[in-house]
Amino acid sequence: MLSGKKVIIIGDRDGIPGPAIEECIKTAGAEIVFTATECFV
Amino acid sequence: MAYPVIKGARYLLVHVPNMLINNGTTQTVERKKNPDSSYLKNIYKHIRSFEDAVAYPPNQVYIGNISPDELAKMESPWYENLVHGSSRFGRLGEIVPEDEFYAWMKVSDAFELVFLEKGFTDELKLKLKGNELFSENDISKLGSGFEIYEIEKLVRENSAEPLNMGEKLVGCIKRAHDIDVNLSAGVILENTAAKASAAIVLRKLIKDLGIEAESIDYIIETSEESCGDMNQRGGGNFAKAIGEIGGCINATGCDIRGFCAGPAHGLINAAALVQSGIFKNVVVLGGGAVAKLGMNGKDHVAKGLPVLEDMLGGFAVLVSENDGKNPIIRTDLIGKHNVGSGSSPQAVMQAIVADPLEKGGLKIGDIDKYSVEMQIPEITVPAGAGDVPQANYKMIAALAVKKGELDRRDLLDFARKHGMPGFAPTQGHIPSGVPFIGFAREWLLEDRIKRAMIIGKGSLFLGRMTNLFDGVSFILEQNKGKGEEKKQPGKEQIKFIMAEAFRELADNLLQEAGNWNGK
Repeated sequence: MLSGKKVIIIGDRDGIPGPAIEECIKTAGAEIVFTATECFV
Repeated sequence: MAYPVIKGARYLLVHVPNMLINNGTTQTVERKKNPDSSYLKNIYKHIRSFEDAVAYPPNQVYIGNISPDELAKMESPWYENLVHGSSRFGRLGEIVPEDEFYAWMKVSDAFELVFLEKGFTDELKLKLKGNELFSENDISKLGSGFEIYEIEKLVRENSAEPLNMGEKLVGCIKRAHDIDVNLSAGVILENTAAKASAAIVLRKLIKDLGIEAESIDYIIETSEESCGDMNQRGGGNFAKAIGEIGGCINATGCDIRGFCAGPAHGLINAAALVQSGIFKNVVVLGGGAVAKLGMNGKDHVAKGLPVLEDMLGGFAVLVSENDGKNPIIRTDLIGKHNVGSGSSPQAVMQAIVADPLEKGGLKIGDIDKYSVEMQIPEITVPAGAGDVPQANYKMIAALAVKKGELDRRDLLDFARKHGMPGFAPTQGHIPSGVPFIGFAREWLLEDRIKRAMIIGKGSLFLGRMTNLFDGVSFILEQNKGKGEEKKQPGKEQIKFIMAEAFRELADNLLQEAGNWNGK
């Protein structure tokens, strides 16, 4: 589903952080163009 | 050596709607980028009165008048179900209105940077006379005030930050340097507010616990502000400056930073200082964050809520030598998220929660209450950030399921039983683990719970030096009393006893050898 797609990742500190999502997305063959983790509190 | 104890904890809220509008970064950024925005026009209609802020159920929990368990049973939204007739004074803390807080800022000002108008100063003197935390000396420090035209001129021509009560200008805060941004009026305002709010709660802690200010040896300040100048931006030291206002003449201190995890790090450090015997009484404290006021205000206004982030927070905790009574800090079971721990939620909870429990031979369910990031959910949910405490409890419960300690069907029950609803303002370090320490101490003393875990998490990535985040935890446990500790000698005591025995044996052997040679 994500193969060949470009992906922007916004993670959440108290949910799933950016680097953890990045590890999953990589295995699906997508190109990660930006990763960040945000804190809303 | 004996574990250190939590001798007491006190909490502070300051209702500052004018600072929210003037100085919260969501509002200041909007004013720069979009000065005619509907948000800035409408925010005034969503400001709460002091009475409504006092009657707001989570605020009553924060100062100890309602328990977290009672809050869980109260009808929500809490902002529509106020507890009218509530007191600003609580068993564990106090709520201070903005005008009184300006007086505290004036008293906390060491460099004549806070200016209050004459008539307003007179009103404050009358209002604060007899206040148990605000002394006669403080009243004299307020001085006679300044003419309004002097204050208007400072705001108009010298980049001073205005201090308002509604539309009325009642004072200002001057910059401390004409070029250095680290000493700009905005930074001085933020730092003075952090200092003043911590000073109030320090005085409250000293008064309520009936201790001498002189008995405090060391202060650890754990807010997220930074004081210094262009050559040492985060030089510090808030701790000593706050201790000065608190009358702690025998204390020095330092500032410990770790974003929201600062207080948990501070408490672990305080425990180490006390247990090692370096200091007897260490206070860990933190004042409020002006910048975060109204952080999620746009969503609150858009959804018709009051702007709920109108409170500065503060806390102070006294860590002391083991008295055989107060709850202990298990310094042998500290949780920490290491550089190499990994960032998945499972890895995070393993490092912070499961690892220290496994070390102590405990299961996840052996902790009666977990205090995580305790943000009030109705502040964060409308902004799309979810119910933060609930998310943390679910992750802890999920780890228990994965470890085979909990049935999957009991996950939500576990979160309810071992957790609690968030009741702290979104002031970064303020909601991070520490809000529950006051209740935890009481519940441990009353045998209502056996153990509580305090967890602090910090968003280090916001400083753009690393992508890592951070987290630490410690366990509070019932004190089994000094007698029991004596029955079980510690490692050091055993070493001492062994050394004495060997010395005695060596003396005997030497004596015998001497006798033999003599023969």
